[in-house]
Amino acid sequence: MAEPLLRVKDLVRRFGGIVATDNVSLDVAQGELHAIIGPNGAGKTTLISQLTGHLAPNAGSIFLGGRDITAMPAHRRSALGLARSFQITSLLLDFTAADNVALAAQAHDGHSFRFFGDARKEPGLRASAQAALGRVGLADRANVLVSKLSHGEQRQLELAVALATKPQLLLLDEPMAGLGITESARMVKLLLELRKEVTIVLVEHDMEAVFALADRISVLVYGRVIASGAPAEIRQNEEVKRAYLGDQHVVTRQGAEHG
Amino acid sequence: MKPRLTVPNIVAALVVAGLLLLPLYSALSGNIFILTLFTRIVILALAAASLNLIMGYGGMMSFGHAAYLGIGGYAVGILAQEGFGSGFLQFPVALAASAIYALVIGALSLRTRGVYFIMITLAFAQMAYYVASGLARYGGDDGLTIYKRSDFLGLINLSDRVQFYYLCLACLLAVVWLIWRIINSRFGLVVQGLRSNEQRMQAIGFPAKRYKLVCFVIAGTMCGLAGALLANNTDFVSPAMMYWTRSGDLMVMVILGGMGSLFGPVIGAVVYLVLEEFLSQLTEYWALIMGPLLLLIVLFGRGGIVGLLGRLSRG
Repeated sequence: MAEPLLRVKDLVRRFGGIVATDNVSLDVAQGELHAIIGPNGAGKTTLISQLTGHLAPNAGSIFLGGRDITAMPAHRRSALGLARSFQITSLLLDFTAADNVALAAQAHDGHSFRFFGDARKEPGLRASAQAALGRVGLADRANVLVSKLSHGEQRQLELAVALATKPQLLLLDEPMAGLGITESARMVKLLLELRKEVTIVLVEHDMEAVFALADRISVLVYGRVIASGAPAEIRQNEEVKRAYLGDQHVVTRQGAEHG
Repeated sequence: MKPRLTVPNIVAALVVAGLLLLPLYSALSGNIFILTLFTRIVILALAAASLNLIMGYGGMMSFGHAAYLGIGGYAVGILAQEGFGSGFLQFPVALAASAIYALVIGALSLRTRGVYFIMITLAFAQMAYYVASGLARYGGDDGLTIYKRSDFLGLINLSDRVQFYYLCLACLLAVVWLIWRIINSRFGLVVQGLRSNEQRMQAIGFPAKRYKLVCFVIAGTMCGLAGALLANNTDFVSPAMMYWTRSGDLMVMVILGGMGSLFGPVIGAVVYLVLEEFLSQLTEYWALIMGPLLLLIVLFGRGGIVGLLGRLSRG
């Protein structure tokens, strides 16, 4: 295998006595969609936050395209092509949808110490924003304030914002959270499109979506990766079944069918 | 951005028109006092507008903004005392000193946020106050009288009431125009984005602190200009210019007028200072009336006077 796009090595993060990330190692190859699943409290969001630089690990290292980014601040990781969506929707609520996306495009178009021209009238930024909005199906909602968008639309906008930074690697933290059935289906369709162009790390509770989308799956339990492999392998894995059956009442439909 | 015909915009236009015509009224009615009062109002409106840039648009609650009034003022006073009467020297020095102070204070304070940011900016301003009180050579506690106003080689005579008033008004309008350009620029959108959600802005690739610091320095420099004008207005500088209550006054003007609205601070300064003047003539306990009035506006008029006017226009 070629050099992985993302390599996580022996990552450790403790909160007091709790080890939220316990010697996690993970490789994500260029072009793959790598899903991370696990019961509640398994440390998925903690892991994502360390990848994006919002949280510093206690030990271990993170490489992006072979480059050590462990100690790099979030904004520089973004410049290297790392983008994330937040589990709890985290947009600029008092801005329009287009402004949110345009700012993301602006962040990757040189510095922003420009004090005069009207940024909302810059055709380049507006075009990138409109393009990213179009990709996620929000083209006609461009001038709506984010606080007026539905929850589903906000999740779509999260994706558009991440896309506008022209990422190499997209970290999606539960993009389906809180979505209805139709909205979920639309999101899965959207991700199927996106995965052709960009490497994705997907943290998700919706097993149906995960098994439909993922090339590889890593299972996180109590901060540790207990299994990593293709969807078929994961389904067969005894330890995974035990973890899910033992700790959680949720048995996925696929898990039950194939178990 | 095309200005639309909304109630707040109309009121803003009326306020500007009123300010432009004020000397005419003063000359016709022979009321010199009103011109003196409004010169002070215009200068403090400038200071409030600069505070609004960081507080309203940038979300940085600085409780030490009056420090720049003092620094700008002392730059003029000290240079005058030492025999450098030229405004072409005094004003640039006032602006530069304010900018440097803002850079240092900002670099330290912006490591904190929320209440800590408020407290640390307050603490630095109080430090500046005590430093000024200790300047024995320049009057210490008693302040420093300026015997001659800044000299601009006959281009403009600051001792002429009307000319000085128009200079202050021109500075105010220029600063408001600049702020208007800034808030719609790339830089301005970043700063407002940071106010809204700093974590998100970092995630999409903005180094937050750098942008906030530059915004902080711009606002401080603008307020330094107000300080230089204020020193000329009163022919006097004293540590009291930067006492914390003065910083509080500026915050009240911004909140009263409408945080994060372009003309809010100007309207706030006019209303606050006119009320203060008017009420203090009625009774020496004017603060007892002013206090509840401010409370009402803050409680029921989110977005200050401009916010109220905006809701009025939407019916």
